[in-house]
Amino acid sequence: MSILPLLFNATLLIYLVASVLYLVAMIGKQTQAGKAGRWVLVAGVVLHAASFGVRHSTAGGTPVTTLHESLSFFAWCLVLLYLLLDLRFRLSVMGAFAAPVAFLLMVGSAFSPDMVVQLNPMLRSWLFPVHIAFAFLGNAAFALSFGAGVMYLIQDRMLKSKRFNGIYQLLPSLDTLDKVNYTCLSVGFPLMTLGIISGAVWANTVWGTYWSWDPKETWALITWFLYAGLLHGRLTVGWRGRRAAIYAIIGFMFLLFTYLGVNLLLGGQHTFDAFTKL
Amino acid sequence: MNIVVVGLSHKTAPVEIREKVAFAPTEMEAPLRRMLALPAISEAVIVSTCNRVELYAASRTPESAIIELKKFLAEQHRLLAEQLTPHLYDYEGEDAIRHVLRVAASLDSMVIGEPQILGQIKTAYGYATEFKTAGVILNRFLHKAFSVAKRVRTETAIASSAVSVSFAAVELARKIFDTLDDKTVMLIGAGEMCELAAKHFVNNGVKKVMVTNRTFARAEKLAAEFDGGIPVSFENFREQLHRVDIVLSSTGAPDYVLESKKVKEIIKARRYKPMFLIDIAVPRDIDPLANKLDGIYLYDVDDLQGVVQANLKEREKEAAKAEKIIDGEIVQFQKWMSSLEVKPTIVGLRRKLDEVRKAEVEKTLSNLNGLGKKEQKAIEAMANAIVNKILHHPTNILKQSQEGSGGDIYIDAVRTLFDLPENTNDQQDVAEELDDK
Repeated sequence: MSILPLLFNATLLIYLVASVLYLVAMIGKQTQAGKAGRWVLVAGVVLHAASFGVRHSTAGGTPVTTLHESLSFFAWCLVLLYLLLDLRFRLSVMGAFAAPVAFLLMVGSAFSPDMVVQLNPMLRSWLFPVHIAFAFLGNAAFALSFGAGVMYLIQDRMLKSKRFNGIYQLLPSLDTLDKVNYTCLSVGFPLMTLGIISGAVWANTVWGTYWSWDPKETWALITWFLYAGLLHGRLTVGWRGRRAAIYAIIGFMFLLFTYLGVNLLLGGQHTFDAFTKL
Repeated sequence: MNIVVVGLSHKTAPVEIREKVAFAPTEMEAPLRRMLALPAISEAVIVSTCNRVELYAASRTPESAIIELKKFLAEQHRLLAEQLTPHLYDYEGEDAIRHVLRVAASLDSMVIGEPQILGQIKTAYGYATEFKTAGVILNRFLHKAFSVAKRVRTETAIASSAVSVSFAAVELARKIFDTLDDKTVMLIGAGEMCELAAKHFVNNGVKKVMVTNRTFARAEKLAAEFDGGIPVSFENFREQLHRVDIVLSSTGAPDYVLESKKVKEIIKARRYKPMFLIDIAVPRDIDPLANKLDGIYLYDVDDLQGVVQANLKEREKEAAKAEKIIDGEIVQFQKWMSSLEVKPTIVGLRRKLDEVRKAEVEKTLSNLNGLGKKEQKAIEAMANAIVNKILHHPTNILKQSQEGSGGDIYIDAVRTLFDLPENTNDQQDVAEELDDK
């Protein structure tokens, strides 16, 4: 049992170290620190995965039922997707966004009560982990597109105003940021779609209905339409750059509300209590 | 042994003096040999660029070396000493080391961080090795200077930002576009600065260049200067603009050549694919309001100049980091220099062999039981004698080497062959030990 807190704390610490390295790389212009940060993050994602493995065997099911686990899983998805993105674009500046966010998620997780909950037997289905994995990976992809969107706006602002600060040297080109934004969107959208579909199918096996207009479902649908709109705008109308960046930022605000706001404020079937009580 | 520098640079001498003192690259042999022949000089390197002329020397008597070098420089160029001396600076010891490291790292350049100077020093060193005027000290020293310059270049951002308007334009373009390879540049008008900027863009990957001019013949002529350059008539260049990613404009037109309204149409036709507009003309060619449009990045001459100024400031900041690197390297190099002293080398060598002798005698005696005092003494005496005999000749050579030039090579060799430490504290102990004896 004591292995769990150990793994968790080690992961937390590793994400902190990676954050510091990435921030040093960004602020102090030390590219070496960025490279080190990448490897630290790789170690973190492996360790983190191990902690979920252990949790899985203790809980006897998908260990994403409490806020503690949920935030932690989000952090893991974020780091994993960032590392994959980094393979393609080599963006250590994004690391300075992803690693600290992952770290903060872990801190949030550490402050939420941690208990290994036995999943309500009714909810045990192979669809549950599938639903969770798609939804969270989708969230992580959108979080990264949010990060790229913010960077795009900063870079755009600097290029337009002709006033450059330290970050400028490190930010990649507008084109690259736009591509990252688009890549994240085109990865995140199918994941989100699959997350919603798998959730609906699963709901049908548990409650006998695909869709019950529970607040989470409603907000997820709103967010889904927003992102669908952005993807459509990009593909057919030719939206890009600033407009797409702003859109991605707004989309992520909605997503955040769907993810956290609904659970904490609105209740429904997706609250963490509901997983165990039902 | 000491390092000595005598020279002048753009900071101390106007071009009228610098051009008189410059050495022609084709005839370096005679001056190098003459410099080496000076009594106080044991090694010689001459660096001559358009911004500086410097003599690097190794000498046992730095004060007289400086006097001789100043005289040499004046005589070499048939100048009066009074004429030249006010412009000359001289350094010895640590100051000389620092000066050369700073010059090589381009901290002393007119434009801090410019890369040419390192190559120029390398060339100068090349002549010195060709004519064998550089010895063990300057060899080691200049290699040190090269490696320090490289460290400064890689560990600081001293040369990372553009300090000319046309390079600044390319650099900005790289912040807008991820690659320049598939981009199209259009030149409007025929300003020299635009042409230069266009060439920089081509050197950085741009393949397609369109040229337009009120006089079509001039557009054709300029277009021919670029591989794949396309002349476009001035009447309908606007219709081509949606295909263009980077615009370089410098016409003599009194009014705007591109209205903001027109730019808006163009960027719309491009589906807001970003466009980089560079307006070098005064009065300006492109309506400054265009910069407000989504996807348009418009820079005029002042904007680019502002970027250059900011970059220069940035370089100065980085130079402070470079100075720290140099400080560390100076300490290291001085350690090596001081290890080249004869006395501590002899003592170090003796100490090393004595250690071996003691260890081996002890080992042998502890293995041979039942030896009498006399036999033990005999074995110790024999070991002593062997060490003394072996050391006799090398010690003499080292002592003699102190007088002539080029003796450092023996010291360096002994230190390397017998793996003697370079630690200065140790050297001091050794020197004291020697005095005691």
